[in-house]
Amino acid sequence: MSGTLEELPRLLALVPYLLARPGVSFAVASADFGITEERLRKDLNLLWLCGLPGHYPGDLIEIEFEGDTITLSDPQGVDRPLRLTVDEALAIIVGLRTLAETSGLTDPEPVLRALAKVEAAAGTAAGPADLVEVALEGEGTVLPVVREALERGRALRLVYWTAGRGETTERVVDPVRLVVVEGQSYLEAWCRRAEGVRLFHLGRVQEVAVLDEPAAPPADLPSRDLSQGLFQPSHEDTVVTVALEPAAAWVADFYPCDRVEDLGDGRLVVTLRTRGTAWVRRLALSLGANGRVLSPASLAEQVREDARTALVGYADG
Amino acid sequence: MAAKKTERLLNLVICLLATRRFLSVQQIREAVPGYDADNEEAFRRMFERDKEELRDLGIPLETGSNSHWDDEVGYRIAQRDYQLPEITLEPDEAAALGLAARLWQSAPLAGATGTALMKLRAAGVETPTGASALDPRIGASEPSFEQCLAGVRDGRLLRFSYRTSGRPGEEDREVEPWGVVSWKGRWYLVGHDRVRAATRIFRLSRIVGDVTVEGPEGAVERPVDVDLRAMVVRIADDSLSTTARVRIRTGTCWELRRAATSVEPAAEGWEVVEIGYGDPGRFADRVTGYGADAVVEAPVEAREAVVRRLTALAQRDVTS
Repeated sequence: MSGTLEELPRLLALVPYLLARPGVSFAVASADFGITEERLRKDLNLLWLCGLPGHYPGDLIEIEFEGDTITLSDPQGVDRPLRLTVDEALAIIVGLRTLAETSGLTDPEPVLRALAKVEAAAGTAAGPADLVEVALEGEGTVLPVVREALERGRALRLVYWTAGRGETTERVVDPVRLVVVEGQSYLEAWCRRAEGVRLFHLGRVQEVAVLDEPAAPPADLPSRDLSQGLFQPSHEDTVVTVALEPAAAWVADFYPCDRVEDLGDGRLVVTLRTRGTAWVRRLALSLGANGRVLSPASLAEQVREDARTALVGYADG
Repeated sequence: MAAKKTERLLNLVICLLATRRFLSVQQIREAVPGYDADNEEAFRRMFERDKEELRDLGIPLETGSNSHWDDEVGYRIAQRDYQLPEITLEPDEAAALGLAARLWQSAPLAGATGTALMKLRAAGVETPTGASALDPRIGASEPSFEQCLAGVRDGRLLRFSYRTSGRPGEEDREVEPWGVVSWKGRWYLVGHDRVRAATRIFRLSRIVGDVTVEGPEGAVERPVDVDLRAMVVRIADDSLSTTARVRIRTGTCWELRRAATSVEPAAEGWEVVEIGYGDPGRFADRVTGYGADAVVEAPVEAREAVVRRLTALAQRDVTS
């Protein structure tokens, strides 16, 4: 069943696709459809059995192969692709609107031109796209500089605030790519200081400059899989448990937790893994009476010490 | 088996696109190879399922009769309803389209994005394939996203259990959905809450369990001139009505410094920033987080709120 739901739309698109590109190669066509060449061959074998009622030779879809190329004639009425469905129009239109509204990410001008054309082509299917809005955190000063470095293949000098340690550092990095995940923009880059791939949150970049030297990240960098979220646990991490009152339950939504235990009365116990603990200390301070570090005990003690030290600043006022 | 069925459906589409007259089921049975010629019952069942599948794919199957005297229902597909209109994109527009399509990767709309691109390529649009140094994504990992989107898209009622911040347990909600908004990486549902008889904004991550989509399509009436995003931003962000003066240690408190309206040097190693806030409690929570690196100088309400928090934390028993 699901096979047909996937295959039929592909075949219906394949006919006009081939009609518009006489002599296209197997390699290009299969890449455009995201299928193997073998799958494409099977599709084509099925296509030329189909046609108008009667199914005499002149009624059938006509395909010629020459070497590695495909030429389709006689589309038998399927000479245009099917209209966009509401979901398809929504995905593309909301995507384009998001790009156009995220400052610094792209040049909005061609995005808006593409948007107008897609909206016109989608017709009434475009309507529901108005009911979905996405705001990504753009960035008007740092983002364009990072983009320029990526486009020109140059290294970058960054002054960066490390939230995990609460300190500002200067470093030279070789940009790999720009990612926007969960509404926030990050530069993935090879950090020459740390000699490793790091993600830099653009909101924490204090100064940025494109250098004249070319970007030279090591050639064999593994590509990071971001589909499971940005932060991947490591065995060097500290495991922290925090008890949360109902008013602090948002913490479980906000930070990637290994475990969330519901105590049943709206109170939660969450387990987090983290490389640095400075941010957990700040979180615990800001939660006040609504959160309590349960373990490690040394961290709970540190939070109390942090509060005592901070009170000194108010003693002389 | 699947190939036979795909072949039959493709022939059915070609047949119905080619006809101007409505074709009766018997005419279709004779014209399209693959339908059972002997068993009427089996043929009818098969044809019903085929019609369903074509409609699921968005193929506009029209029903009607050829004249007032003809009471037999017939079928056809009108070319003008079927065809994607002409669309030609310049190279920079096609590049923008390719980037927009990347936004939904690893999200529930990835499938729809893929088939949309397939149709646009079939219309002659050349979008780049392969990796890119720009990799923005719209996440939608909340399990309730698809159902909420379906309710919004189809104008149908939504029913779910919801966990309210600061209150134990969950409550049942019945919502006429107006829209969904992603703000700072989180999805929100905006709509009319029938239980509370008021406009409400729900965070999708707080929906517990399954969402039920109910009632006929288009039943939900959405008020005109609803600014979805403004509504979400209003509750998600503090409005900044009061200005505080905060002394921060140089090189620290970057996020406070970034939100500041002014920054001035103070005593050696310190700076004074002015920063707006709405709720003094929330502002005090934020500043308390910076410990000894941030000291509120004014106003008194915020300063005292921070001192109260720090005192409670400093006196806490951590031995247990």
